[in-house]
Amino acid sequence: MATLGQAGAIVWKDAVAELRTRDIVLSVAVFAILVIVVFNFAFQPGPQGIGAVAPGAFWVAVIFAGTLGMNRAFVLEKERGTLAGLLLCPLPREAIFAGKMTASFLFMLVVEAAVVPAFGIFLDLPLFLPGLVPILLLATLGFAAVGTLFSAVAASSRSRELMLPVLLLPVLVPVLLSAVGASAAVFAGKPFAEYCTWVQILVGFDVVYVVLSAWVFEYAVQE
Amino acid sequence: MESRAGTRTKLDAGAASSGLGLPLMALLALAGVLMVAALYLALIWAPTERLQGEVYRIFFFHVPVSWVAYVAFLVTFVGGLAYLRTGRPAWDRVAASSAEVGVVFTTLSLATGSIWGKPIWNTWWGWDPRLTTTLVLWLIYLGYLMIRSYAAESSQGARLAAVVGVMGFVVVPINFFSIRLWRSLHPGPSIGTDVGLQMEPAMGATLMVSLLAVTLLYVLLVIARVRLRALSDAVGEIKARLGVGGIQ
Repeated sequence: MATLGQAGAIVWKDAVAELRTRDIVLSVAVFAILVIVVFNFAFQPGPQGIGAVAPGAFWVAVIFAGTLGMNRAFVLEKERGTLAGLLLCPLPREAIFAGKMTASFLFMLVVEAAVVPAFGIFLDLPLFLPGLVPILLLATLGFAAVGTLFSAVAASSRSRELMLPVLLLPVLVPVLLSAVGASAAVFAGKPFAEYCTWVQILVGFDVVYVVLSAWVFEYAVQE
Repeated sequence: MESRAGTRTKLDAGAASSGLGLPLMALLALAGVLMVAALYLALIWAPTERLQGEVYRIFFFHVPVSWVAYVAFLVTFVGGLAYLRTGRPAWDRVAASSAEVGVVFTTLSLATGSIWGKPIWNTWWGWDPRLTTTLVLWLIYLGYLMIRSYAAESSQGARLAAVVGVMGFVVVPINFFSIRLWRSLHPGPSIGTDVGLQMEPAMGATLMVSLLAVTLLYVLLVIARVRLRALSDAVGEIKARLGVGGIQ
């Protein structure tokens, strides 16, 4: 229970820092919308082809933008010299991981809350799809778990900003794959039973990624 | 002067004791014989396949090479875990060497698969689950090697790489089971299915010899790389003690 409070304190710290600078959420949301614009130029789908391109374009936008934001999770701490302070706090490493992961998870949700409507308007898709919400939550959780871990790994290496996507994207492929599969079914208006398998795979990978990341995190931040 | 001469003798002694031992020589000879035997069996002795003709013979290289890639990444996973737990550099040497060899064998697997795919599927590459996840694996372990070399100091690189090696291994089972999970262009398993070995006995025997030869090659390559790493670490230590140059 104490760990939960400690993690909460880190989430609070990150949220306050973010509210004051609006560094992450704003730039990431703008970037995500830019990706959608670029997709439009690249594929020129037209009203008929939009259904085929939409789920992929959406998740590419979210994942690329999220990777950009993830860079800030630990690189920012490293640059400001606050990472040492954070690690010197009398907290279990799991609490630090849980706090950082939750903060990243929440930032991503805020970004998605902005991107989904923009996406709906630009690509002329139905705006309100309740089926999309659990998929977004699950995929974002897996993304935040691995992203937080690899952000810490990348922050300790040279060429930080470059290393994170190189490490993160291939490991995230299972999450991306099942998220695209499930949301394609949602966009096409299919019933839950048809994409249930994708959601199960997503849940399975979330569990594996959260547990593994939390477990090896202490080695990623060892000084 | 005195101390320098002393170190030199120690280094010489180290190099001498790390010369190829008898068991290793025997292993090397065995691998050589098996390699030649596998080549003969695969290219000449094994019967021609009914549908694919001679092209299928690349199967005897493609399958063992892919199999060794899995084994290599499993060893990297286990070695990485052990290194994180114990902090002993020996584990890291095994994990890193296995990852290097694994990347080479994954490259070979992709290359032989492509060469096989061109006449049979009429394309070098298809975005099929097996092929895609193999490419993803290749990228993950390239990242593993990159994070090692980009770290500020080698012990940090070893630790960060171990973290990547542990996380990256999650994708290996997906790759392995992809042909069972999804409908795929890639042929299904021909070994370890309910019906047993789905091929001519002569082909099965050839595959076994080939598997053994390639696995032995992997073991020898890893041993060579581990020894090289140990020697290079020892040299680094001596240099650090003498105050010559940087580490490694």
